[in-house]
Amino acid sequence: MFDTALSWNDMIFLAQGAGMTLMVTAVAVLAGTVMGIVFGVLRYQLGTWWSLPLTFVLDIFRSVPLLIQLVLGNAFQAIARLGWEPFTTSCVILSLYTAAYCTEIVRGGIEAVPPTTRRAARSLGLTWWGDMRYIVAPLATRVSLPAWIGLTLGVLKDSALVLWLGLIELLRASQILVTRLQEPLFILMICGAIYFLLSFPIARLGGYLEKRWSPHD
Amino acid sequence: MIEIQNVRKSFGTLEVLKGIDLFVQKGEVLTVIGGSGSGKSTLLTCINGLEPIDSGRILLDGTEVHAKGTDLNRLRRKVGIVFQQWNAFPHLTVLENVMLAPRKVLKQPKAEAEAMAVKQLTHVGLGDKLRVYPSRLSGGQQQRMAIARALAMSPEYMLFDEVTSALDPQLVGEVLDTLRMLAREGMTMICVTHEMKFAREVSDRVAFFHKGVMAEIGPPDTFFGAPRTAELQQFLSATH
Repeated sequence: MFDTALSWNDMIFLAQGAGMTLMVTAVAVLAGTVMGIVFGVLRYQLGTWWSLPLTFVLDIFRSVPLLIQLVLGNAFQAIARLGWEPFTTSCVILSLYTAAYCTEIVRGGIEAVPPTTRRAARSLGLTWWGDMRYIVAPLATRVSLPAWIGLTLGVLKDSALVLWLGLIELLRASQILVTRLQEPLFILMICGAIYFLLSFPIARLGGYLEKRWSPHD
Repeated sequence: MIEIQNVRKSFGTLEVLKGIDLFVQKGEVLTVIGGSGSGKSTLLTCINGLEPIDSGRILLDGTEVHAKGTDLNRLRRKVGIVFQQWNAFPHLTVLENVMLAPRKVLKQPKAEAEAMAVKQLTHVGLGDKLRVYPSRLSGGQQQRMAIARALAMSPEYMLFDEVTSALDPQLVGEVLDTLRMLAREGMTMICVTHEMKFAREVSDRVAFFHKGVMAEIGPPDTFFGAPRTAELQQFLSATH
């Protein structure tokens, strides 16, 4: 007979952890995407050589493991006496990490729009901004969506690493319960199930949008 | 009037336009023929300001296209261009493709832009395809949509860059019929084409480009009937 010491209060504790995971992910993906769009357009417009400094910085965020970035970021904010809370530090580092990946997704999306299509748009009198807004953005979004959904799901899971800064998100909440109740398999299964429940709607939303847009191509 | 004065243009070390002088009067249909790489398509993109020139001048109704102070986006409203590849905007319906520039560039109200788009699409025989996405159209239909899209801006000049070259032979006729119709209506047109029969039939003048220079120009009867230069004679005999 299956028996567990897990109480409803513990489930609420896990739910609060999941809320923190969602919050950190939402802030990181939102800020990271905005920065990624700006950096991606800059990367495309400036060309390989002029965007070299930006590319170098973003490459650092893509190459160094996230855990090291979080620990170093936390240490630097302490040395600089910024007085950031763990939540702020986590969001800043995760946002930059997301932006580094999103930049390449955006750049790739823009490059996928045929130059001849853009030339046709400009020949109709559309400005650079008009071309970007009405032609490039919708077409690049369709191309970039699967990669962006993948990035978002990755950030959702990678956000577990912020537990090293003392933030009680889903995985940290599970660890605390495992230590207290000594039921690692059951609790980690619940934790995994919650991660799945958080990820599934995002993946389905991506699938839905892809399907909705596909007849237009 | 389009005036082209001693225009030179190079891509790297390759000079594609070697001092072109040409004028096109309002209401005139000028056809440009010539071999690949003769510079005829480049000339069209230079007239529209899509390509910069190295020297010389191109004037559109007295406005210098490549002068520093020229608002190219405003100037392009006067000059429609249709390319070999129709370049439909795949995320927009046929109607939205044609409405986009009048709405966003000319700032026309939606009803006005829609009425104009429907008129132009009906004009080119696509009145029954308004809500369809371009991917559902044939190449000839997409090319006619591109023509309607350019016409919706009410341009004073139309440039056609080998608009039938990428089409299957059975689809060429429908696009040429559309061009014939525009010519009859008095549209000022420069058509780069390989369709000799079409050039003979609709042109007021025909120009022959060869290795970046305009080797010969004249009315179709004398141009095709009594070509003066050896290059044109050779070109015509090769294409017949």
